[in-house]
Amino acid sequence: MADVIASNETILVVGAGISGLTAALEAAECGKQVILLEKNPAIGGRVSQLYRYFPKLCKPACGLEINVRRLKANPRVRLITMAEVTAIDGQAGDYTVSVHIRPRFVNENCTACGACAEVVNQEIEDTFNYNMGTVKAAYLPHNAAYPQRYLLDPSLIGSPEAQAAKAVCKYDAIDLEMQDEQLQIKAGAIIWATGWKPYDAAKIQAYGYDRFENVITSVEFERMMDKYGPTGGRLLRPSDGKEARNIAFIQCAGSRDQNHLPHCSRICCMASLKQSTYLSEQYGQDSDARASIYYIDIRVIDRFEDFYRKVQADEKVHFIKSKVASVVEDSSNGDVILHGVNTEGYHRYANHHDLCVLAIGMQPSVPASKINGGIRGDSSGFIELDINNGAIFGAGCASNALDVNRAAQSATAAALYAIQTVNRVARAEQTMIGE
Amino acid sequence: MEKSASKQPPPTTTAEKYRNNFLREVEDNVEEGEWVKMCIQCGVCSGSCPLGSAWEHPPQELFMMIRAGQREQVLRSDSMWMCTSCYNCIVRCPRQLPITHIMHGLANYAHRLGIAPAQNPTRRFAKIFWDNIAHSGRVNELLLSIKLYFMNGFGEGIRMAYHMAGMGFAMFKTGRLDPFGLFMHKGIDNAKELQTMLTKAREIEDRRRGLGLGVAVKAD
Repeated sequence: MADVIASNETILVVGAGISGLTAALEAAECGKQVILLEKNPAIGGRVSQLYRYFPKLCKPACGLEINVRRLKANPRVRLITMAEVTAIDGQAGDYTVSVHIRPRFVNENCTACGACAEVVNQEIEDTFNYNMGTVKAAYLPHNAAYPQRYLLDPSLIGSPEAQAAKAVCKYDAIDLEMQDEQLQIKAGAIIWATGWKPYDAAKIQAYGYDRFENVITSVEFERMMDKYGPTGGRLLRPSDGKEARNIAFIQCAGSRDQNHLPHCSRICCMASLKQSTYLSEQYGQDSDARASIYYIDIRVIDRFEDFYRKVQADEKVHFIKSKVASVVEDSSNGDVILHGVNTEGYHRYANHHDLCVLAIGMQPSVPASKINGGIRGDSSGFIELDINNGAIFGAGCASNALDVNRAAQSATAAALYAIQTVNRVARAEQTMIGE
Repeated sequence: MEKSASKQPPPTTTAEKYRNNFLREVEDNVEEGEWVKMCIQCGVCSGSCPLGSAWEHPPQELFMMIRAGQREQVLRSDSMWMCTSCYNCIVRCPRQLPITHIMHGLANYAHRLGIAPAQNPTRRFAKIFWDNIAHSGRVNELLLSIKLYFMNGFGEGIRMAYHMAGMGFAMFKTGRLDPFGLFMHKGIDNAKELQTMLTKAREIEDRRRGLGLGVAVKAD
């Protein structure tokens, strides 16, 4: 009698941002069983934190909504939020993955009515808004969060406020006894889609992100435009809440720099071009608001070139070919002063701006060296497609610095690799059983 | 006997070898010159230079000029002589070019070719300092100061000496300046050996660079 191979046709997807969602749904819609893990209490990742996509300038909520609908409609995907992979054992076709699930303290009964948040006064950092504000310790991650369920921050547990929240809940949704859980998942292939994080801007010492309030990152700027964001959708600079009308964008903030990130993050040029259009949106076409983009070279590829030309034609947007040498603060009014040399003509400048936005570079949230004791990645930690990685496939920004469009393409490719792997294993098993 | 010395081509041939290829010439002959091609022209070095406004051509412009083959304009420029080795540019260069070292390498190369600006104060000071220390192996502070102060004429020298008198006295008190240095200066024990070493080092360096400039390297 042939030994039965302990195989599993389930595909595990780690990370439910745009890449993980895409990979999970593509695989599930091909008939595979999928388990989708998400570290955060809601899915959507960085895309849910964007105000607009480039180049069409539509709202990311739209793209996410479609994916959520696909997710709800598909019985083959099992979503687990607040879950993180702690260990991976086994090999291609037969992985056992240990997962740690943090307690949410709110169960499926939650209707997102918000009564608990009303009785809780304790506040925590608002990570969804890059810590630009605080939220109640009983909160909905964001308005469009899926699952639409509140959660309680662990710091609240044991306090009278937690009891008050439990008491006020009409649906018996708050469970203060919830514990951390450990889970073992069997999977034939793993799609690693943990995405990216912005580079630590404080490390770029000369730009003073850690010293000057009016030096912010592009991801923070993006949150400002959100009507429900930390500034209520207005471009207000942090130091004094004044409207920012003269905004500097510094490109390659961390990227293409051997001292920081050696790779080009690919999205930042288009991100700044996109964000320069926010000024017209905010202040109107005829306002005096202007954007100055300091760049080494603008890297917009194929169809994005049209977008670049459109922005170039806008006389409110200035392009200065220069990697800014340093940023200092005018202490009298909080303005930022950018120093450098415009390499087109070698003009030295000391330009005053209301606000300085660092087009911050992208780095993998989990570098390849930290996955399963270290899998093959490139010098920046992005996962490479490598036979030695078994059936662990990188998707989206875990595999490269990508924009949303290319992340989804990459995720579809990863789904296909995973499907091929589990199909191969299933065929081998059938052959053996048949013998 | 060493035959190679006689085989080395005269300086004109060296220049001919690199005709229309100044970048290659820099790569072969300038210390750290092989880095020049790595520059991405971002301009962060020029913007970071504390003396930047005093330079006719900031570093990144020099790199572009080298690649454009502007040999005379680069080598006769006094820009690289303005570098004070603050290392701001090296720290910030996204390609990690050793810009400070390249600047000194360029200055040194121009000097060796004998086409560096003769009246550049940095160059003159460097020459005075080098002759001073190479002579005895230890700096003769008094002689160095006098030569430096009187570099621009007698009147200027007296003025400078008077201006710096307090500093000189303080150095004397702490044993940093020998008041009899003009008459007798205690160098290192065997200065002759040092000079032999320096000559040998120069020979090796010339051979390595294929400069073949030999004695002409001493430059004015």
